Amino acid sequence: MMKHRIRFTINGEVREMEVKSNQRLLDLIRNDLDLTGTKEGCAGGECGACTVLVDGKAINSCLMLAVEADGKEILTIEGLAEGMVLDPIQESFVEHGALQCGFCIPGMIMSAKALLKKNPHPSEMEIREAISGNLCRCTGYEKIIEAILNVTQKQA
Amino acid sequence: MAGNVIGKSVVRKDALEKVTGAAKYVGDLKFSPMLHAKILRSPYAHARIVSIDTSEAKKLPGVKAVVTGEDFHQYVGLYLVDRTLYAYEKVRYIGEAVAGVAATSPEIAEEAVKLIKVEYEPLPVVLDPEEAMKPDAPLIHEKLHEYKCVPFIFPVPHTNISNHFKIRKGNVEEGFKQSDYIFEDEYYVPHMQHCPIEPHGTIAHMDQKGKITVYNSCQSPNATRKLLSAALNYPVNKIRVIAPYVGGGFGGKAGATIETLVVPLAMKTPGYYVKLIYNREEEFRDTFVRQGMKAYVKTGVTREGKIMAQELKMIWDGGAYTEYGANITRAAGYTSGGPYEIAHMKTDSYCVYTNKPVGGPFRGFGMGELHWALEQQLDQIACKLGIDPVQIRMINACRDGSINACGEKLKDIGLTKCIEKAAEMIGWDKPKEQTPGKVRGRGIACMVKGPAMPPNAGSSAVLKINEDGSANLLITATEIGQGSMTALAQIAAEELGMSVDKIEVALPDTEYTPYEWQTVASRITYSAGNAVIRAARDAKRQLKELAAVGFGVTPEEMDVANDKVFLTANPEKYYTIAELSLGLVLPNGGGVGGPIIGRGSWVPEGLGGLDPETGQGTKAVAHWTFGCQAVEIDVDVETGKIDLVNVAAVYDIGRVINPCMAEGQTQGGIVQGQGVAFHEQMVFDENGKLKNPSFVDYKLINAVEMPRMSIHFVETPLEDGPYGARGFGEHVMVPTAPAIANALYDALGIRVKSLPMTAEKVLKAIKDKNSR
Ligand code: FES
Ligand code: FES
Repeated sequence: MMKHRIRFTINGEVREMEVKSNQRLLDLIRNDLDLTGTKEGCAGGECGACTVLVDGKAINSCLMLAVEADGKEILTIEGLAEGMVLDPIQESFVEHGALQCGFCIPGMIMSAKALLKKNPHPSEMEIREAISGNLCRCTGYEKIIEAILNVTQKQA
Repeated sequence: MAGNVIGKSVVRKDALEKVTGAAKYVGDLKFSPMLHAKILRSPYAHARIVSIDTSEAKKLPGVKAVVTGEDFHQYVGLYLVDRTLYAYEKVRYIGEAVAGVAATSPEIAEEAVKLIKVEYEPLPVVLDPEEAMKPDAPLIHEKLHEYKCVPFIFPVPHTNISNHFKIRKGNVEEGFKQSDYIFEDEYYVPHMQHCPIEPHGTIAHMDQKGKITVYNSCQSPNATRKLLSAALNYPVNKIRVIAPYVGGGFGGKAGATIETLVVPLAMKTPGYYVKLIYNREEEFRDTFVRQGMKAYVKTGVTREGKIMAQELKMIWDGGAYTEYGANITRAAGYTSGGPYEIAHMKTDSYCVYTNKPVGGPFRGFGMGELHWALEQQLDQIACKLGIDPVQIRMINACRDGSINACGEKLKDIGLTKCIEKAAEMIGWDKPKEQTPGKVRGRGIACMVKGPAMPPNAGSSAVLKINEDGSANLLITATEIGQGSMTALAQIAAEELGMSVDKIEVALPDTEYTPYEWQTVASRITYSAGNAVIRAARDAKRQLKELAAVGFGVTPEEMDVANDKVFLTANPEKYYTIAELSLGLVLPNGGGVGGPIIGRGSWVPEGLGGLDPETGQGTKAVAHWTFGCQAVEIDVDVETGKIDLVNVAAVYDIGRVINPCMAEGQTQGGIVQGQGVAFHEQMVFDENGKLKNPSFVDYKLINAVEMPRMSIHFVETPLEDGPYGARGFGEHVMVPTAPAIANALYDALGIRVKSLPMTAEKVLKAIKDKNSR
């Protein structure tokens, strides 16, 4: 198996690593970097549990190869809080009880993060669309949407 | 103010870990040395295993163990012991585990699986349960008559019927005679998948002493332990099951599924940690699935709309093994009157083996299937008789004093309040808004469910008081998202007069946390909640006794609140809970009592068996929870697509422990019910192969589709519920689909009687109606 040396930034830290040519970005994150907050739910780009930000855009890390991360900036759920201080999105999820089993939540929050980065005051429909690739089997989405809406209202 | 937390939206105990990605699920755990498992699965739905050759696989470098049914064919099962750990002699569905491999990497394990050679001799495949019931049908389990089962399951020897449950109440023929009209119809529900976003996962380890430890994404650590122990003839205390956070269960992680494949591999590789995480395809096919069901309903009513008699035949597509599913057919049987009182009833509920994936518990435990039939049937009757659908439900609704299908006299029932409130919330009597290009319809459906479990299913709790006045609550309820940690902490805090922040709740570890039957049946707040109350009261009693010694009074003169144990007559005189936590310290420095540990055990009382011929008895389940949903839909007559616009859900849950969580759980249930209504079905080809094992072809509801929801709780206290609380976690998904079906009739005068109500089916029904 061909190996490649890549250099990338993850959660603000520059890393250089060897990756196999068929290795998924998700495996690099979960297995090599031990950042297990990013989840695998389907391995097919359908559930969004593996959502991370690559250069600010939400992507399914199960569909991206690790080699493609070369030169990129990656943000995972672990990179949102600063120490014990939560990101406002995380805080809002806690406040609104916008979680149950929690398995979809890191991906949800990352999709919300990408949305709010480019559109700080989205409408409810824009929020629904932004997280439409993140499946949640527990919450029925309502509280998640409320939580995201509320972040934007607080910042308004 | 400490205590006083019942009915408050306390922040979830697991929130911080879950929003930061710190919460660990089984797939996130790593150990050393680790092995990875892969499973070889049957390509045939029904075949004899002629031979298995694992020699090439075993030679592959990196392979540490290969197991098959030759080594591990012990039987396992919760209610009917009909399943072997690995397929033995026969395979009975496509996907059944034939062999397992443990290797140093997932890739090697995968390669080894391909090297295993299995010779099969195909047998006739039985996919239709009605065919399977016929006397000349090929038998899927030749040894059914030899299988062990609990006393309330009734297999029919030498057939494919693994359970036949009967209700004979009153005289159904007489009831039909007293009826002015008789309605007959058929309804169908396909197989469904739970689709937790976290797939099943297990890591198993056996040490040199033979101790087996299982890290498990499961709902039932104690049941898993017991099932493994019984199957392997292994001491219970040599098996330890640890359940970290579970990424959704919905019934699919109850009992035992994946762990029965991984533990044998661990037993062959002492010292290693063997890990298996299912991929999505395995998750769809090789865990429990919701059974399909066909219902034949005959209902007799008076012209005023009172149901006089009901004859119901339910045929359940149980799949290849019905060790758990058999009890679902029983639950639907004893609930077969639904939320209504019917004087004369005849019910036959059959669990039937087919060559399909294994049927098992699914949120609702048969109630979604049952109510799909009953609630449409009643709606049809209302429409034909010209009675308002709300009115006909009010006429027939169970109330205090009603006698249910099993002859139990009901009390403390708030169903009529739920119906009235749901109708009011949806604006039943108001003119409908219209969406351009669409036709709006309104529908309503009710439901009832009780916790289906053995009569002696118990719970226990241990509460350790710490030296700073905080406490650790030990329980074996799994946190599957329902919020058990938080609700149970609230209950402990309320009883102890302690701030809820001071209570830390453990995740299950059968080595340290006390017995819990299973985290199923919407029973944790109810059953474990009662155990926690008893544990807290036990701790409180000890605190009072110690304080009483200190003050030279009797314990009855003491009270506990706000982290203090004080003299009721003079609250200024107190010990803090912290001061008493390790026992009372006397002025001379000596100690009394020692550390405080509260213990509580609980089992519902008064449950008994039902007569096998009539289904009549005292009390089939611990309690009943009723509810009602009303919906508004928009139908696009050009495409047949239905939009769910508004849902009003009202449940009588006895007492709301945490409003935010109760609401969240209801919202999730409604949306799951919406999925049932619109999309979800497992599709099999003529060989029994599942055609849609992915989220591409098996759609879940996403954030764009979900409706506007309004939710209300009626609170009719349950006599033996904690603070009156009843279980309701499953109930909230049950009436959504039939309410939508009824709304579809309201909109267009068409009925779709088989789930799901896809756009194609709706469009066809529209065309059929227009061509009539
Ligand atoms: S795991 Fe990547 S989308 Fe599901
Ligand atoms: S919280 Fe369980 S999947 Fe979303």
